[in-house]
Amino acid sequence: MAMKPHRKKRLTAILLSIVGIGTVVGLVLYASDQKMNLFITPSEVNAGHAPKDRIFRIGGLVKEGSVKKSSTTLLTEFIVTDMVADVYITYDKLMPDLFREGQGVVAMGRLNDKGVFVATDVLAKHDEEYRAPEVIDALERAGHPQEAKQQAEQLNSVDNQNESATNGNN
Amino acid sequence: MWTWFYQLASPKWFYQFSTRLLPWFRWITGLLFLLGLALGLLFSQVDYQQGNTVRILYIHVPAAFMGMFAYVVMAITGAIGFVWRIKMAHIVSVSCASVGALFTLLALITGAVWGKPTWGTYWIWDARLTSFLILFFLYLGFMALHNAFDDKKTADRAAAVLAIVGLVNIPIIHFSVEWWNTLHQGATISKFEKPSMDADMLAALLVMLAAYQFYFLTALMQRVRAEILVREKLSGWVQKLVTGNNS
Repeated sequence: MAMKPHRKKRLTAILLSIVGIGTVVGLVLYASDQKMNLFITPSEVNAGHAPKDRIFRIGGLVKEGSVKKSSTTLLTEFIVTDMVADVYITYDKLMPDLFREGQGVVAMGRLNDKGVFVATDVLAKHDEEYRAPEVIDALERAGHPQEAKQQAEQLNSVDNQNESATNGNN
Repeated sequence: MWTWFYQLASPKWFYQFSTRLLPWFRWITGLLFLLGLALGLLFSQVDYQQGNTVRILYIHVPAAFMGMFAYVVMAITGAIGFVWRIKMAHIVSVSCASVGALFTLLALITGAVWGKPTWGTYWIWDARLTSFLILFFLYLGFMALHNAFDDKKTADRAAAVLAIVGLVNIPIIHFSVEWWNTLHQGATISKFEKPSMDADMLAALLVMLAAYQFYFLTALMQRVRAEILVREKLSGWVQKLVTGNNS
């Protein structure tokens, strides 16, 4: 299709500027890659990439069987893992509702002398899965015991937490 | 086909054509919202982790999607107007801004309301939330820039350039959850994989998305019609229309 020269010029200018701006922004984002990340992983912490004497965020999964809750205070100790490395975390405030073993979390705080991460804030990270509770039974019947077991465990821990929360209120 | 295209570019023809279309679009929008809200708020199941909090997603996800969709429409029609100097393209582009800004604000607010019970915070400066806030500011900047000029033609072109420049933010928003560590989760629905969501939840979400889509078309059409009347106020057919209504 024949285009008039002045229109072609304007179209070229627009396309070139999109490519140009895209390249510039892409390079800037690539260069500041580390700063764009909200958190670092336990592996990076163990490799010594954690900032010293400065608050940072660490993200990973709460390791199965690692959560120890104090019976008298709000203090919780747990391990956050990326399946390669582990970091010990202590936190002395109320946990978010979704906190449980196997859940993704992002903790903010700093490392103490012993290499324990003392958190000042813990957030639960939600994944992209949306499932009804009944689906867990269905999965079991359909012959996916592994997945069903996993989800049932998660569900149980939610129930337990709800129970303990109601007990606490009483 | 080309006559239809040229007709669409005529403000007068579009105004008359949309007068007939508008009632249908209003009805479809209303019915889709009724159906979508009933499915999402009443009939879909609770989530195994979040419980009823999951229902916010039927408002939040379509709003976020439409916030980005409206921006793309605004930038593309702006570019068409810029290159081919088509008045109607600029009118559509300018009319997208306030509707898109509304979607974006709604997504930000519902996201905060969802974030508090789920994550434990209303807001966090991760890549997804920050880039989406920038989208909102781009809309505000677009509207402010367009209002800063007295001459509509200059205003149209300047705002179109801003919209095209800001287009770079759209892929950043989309891929932010893949490129960087963020608190915001990844995409649940993708073209290439099975959605990680139960069927009844997905149905509610898709109906709500259709409802938002039709709301966008309806609101856009009304804004375009208002903009046409303002810009064509000196032309014969508008004066006839206005005085005809008054007598």
